[in-house]
Amino acid sequence: MTLDIAIHHAFPAATLNVAFTAPAGVTALFGPSGAGKSSVANAVAGLLRPDKGHVILNGRTLFDAATWVPPHLRRIGYVFQDPRLFPHKTVRANLLYGATDSKGLDGIVDLLDIAPLLDRRPSRLSGGERQRVAIGRALLSSPRLLVMDEPLSALDSDRKAEILPYLERLARETSIPILYVSHALSEVIRLADQMALMAKGRLVGFGPPADVLSDPQSAIHLGARQAGTVIEGRVSAIEHDGLVRIETGSGPLLLAAQASTGARLRIRIMAEDVLLSRGTLEGLSALNSFPVHIRMIRPDGPMALLQLELDDGTRLLARITQRSVAGLELVPGMRVHAVIKSAALIDQS
Amino acid sequence: MGGLTAQEWMAVELSLRVAVVATLFSLPFGIGVAYLLARFRFPGRDILNGLVHLPLILPPVVTGYLLLVTFGRRGVVGAWLEQFGIVFAFDWTGAALAAGITAFPLMVRAIRLSIEAVDPGLEAAAATLGASPLRVFATITLPLSLPGIIAGAVLAFAKAMGEFGATITFVSNIPGQTQTLPSAIYALLQVPGAEPQAMRLIVISITVAMGALLLSEVLARRMQRRIAS
Repeated sequence: MTLDIAIHHAFPAATLNVAFTAPAGVTALFGPSGAGKSSVANAVAGLLRPDKGHVILNGRTLFDAATWVPPHLRRIGYVFQDPRLFPHKTVRANLLYGATDSKGLDGIVDLLDIAPLLDRRPSRLSGGERQRVAIGRALLSSPRLLVMDEPLSALDSDRKAEILPYLERLARETSIPILYVSHALSEVIRLADQMALMAKGRLVGFGPPADVLSDPQSAIHLGARQAGTVIEGRVSAIEHDGLVRIETGSGPLLLAAQASTGARLRIRIMAEDVLLSRGTLEGLSALNSFPVHIRMIRPDGPMALLQLELDDGTRLLARITQRSVAGLELVPGMRVHAVIKSAALIDQS
Repeated sequence: MGGLTAQEWMAVELSLRVAVVATLFSLPFGIGVAYLLARFRFPGRDILNGLVHLPLILPPVVTGYLLLVTFGRRGVVGAWLEQFGIVFAFDWTGAALAAGITAFPLMVRAIRLSIEAVDPGLEAAAATLGASPLRVFATITLPLSLPGIIAGAVLAFAKAMGEFGATITFVSNIPGQTQTLPSAIYALLQVPGAEPQAMRLIVISITVAMGALLLSEVLARRMQRRIAS
């Protein structure tokens, strides 16, 4: 599947100008509030008619200068931020509203664990249960694309933790491509195969999350606190002192974290937590250091974002002062040591 | 109510018939116009809104006269309809037309408010699930605004029961044909010494009106509970 979109639309206070082609899998639309993510999702689903552009799903034109397919003929499932269950219908009737028959019901009910809720009214469900029913309802309409607009943002962290595993199963077990709108980077990293990074109505980065996040050009739009990269690894051992040993393509990482042996993990390393050293390191408290070479240096005020590449091609970002760049005479192509002060695990079940 | 004369019974029966027919026939139009006003922006929307509300503020005698001019035997619409055997002039059907038109603003107002209270997000969600606009209306908008539709219909019924000015102007006050409850009360009040009889009809009027209001409250509340729980 491919989703090919170009959307130009003038709102009273902002302009939207976004174009990308997304391959199969989960594509995250990521960016701060007000970046225009929901408008893109609405344009794809047909709830917003853009001034100009096109929306083409699997070769079928849903919108362009000459074409307008109304939302009910698009076969695009939509999970909204609020569950939008029909209050006068039971959970079962909600689930089957967009279905042609009840054949798929059992499978979806199992996938989302909602069997005990089927005969209830939506008002008798918890927030997390409602969102699960909304996801099931969208899936049962046999969509060619599933749009999810911040499906977790109205939930507290416990409810989020309750739903995220279902979304992961969904991404893995169904073949339906997903357009996932979010402003929570942790969700994007857990779920997305590629991400479209948006800022102020424009696309500022597109590609696999690890690539987009490690690109200083796009990372600058994430803000100082959010810039960082993701690497993948596998827990090889829990050491005698409790530290978790994670094998990555570039060598082992030692972290104080909760994980079980054999688990595959994504590890988030913030640009602020990476130090650079020209020589080998002695007498430093940090445990994790890797030889890297500098690929790119991008100034950002008094700071600079550096893109580093490990020997296996994995990329890291480091955020250090311009003064350090000058003092250490750092230039692209130079080999240095990256010291990782800390890293966060992103659970993957 | 054994105390009523045959003519009084006729007036009560006629009024009920007029009000029921007026309400049932105007209900589809009321729902349609209310939906149009609640959900769409189109040129002429303000004019439509004004036209709908006009009978509420126009002197009833003016409404009645306009009906006479339009739907009377020699009226533009009246003459045309007569070819198909539909006659409004000096017939109970005319009383129903007058009652329906004067009650229309109240009906539309109540229904429009309840349609506006339906979350458009639910309608959008239904559309993304593949429901055509008609199906969205029939399965989401209509059931969710049912309490308001019932309230509007009952209100219109009560108003139609009490219509007087436009009715007497349009179809006159013929016992057994066009003499509704209010017309009968008016006629009795013109006769010296008939006040006790008038009083009985007045009590019936108040009872029907009050009963209709209470019924609409109860029905609306029950509907609301059914939707919510």
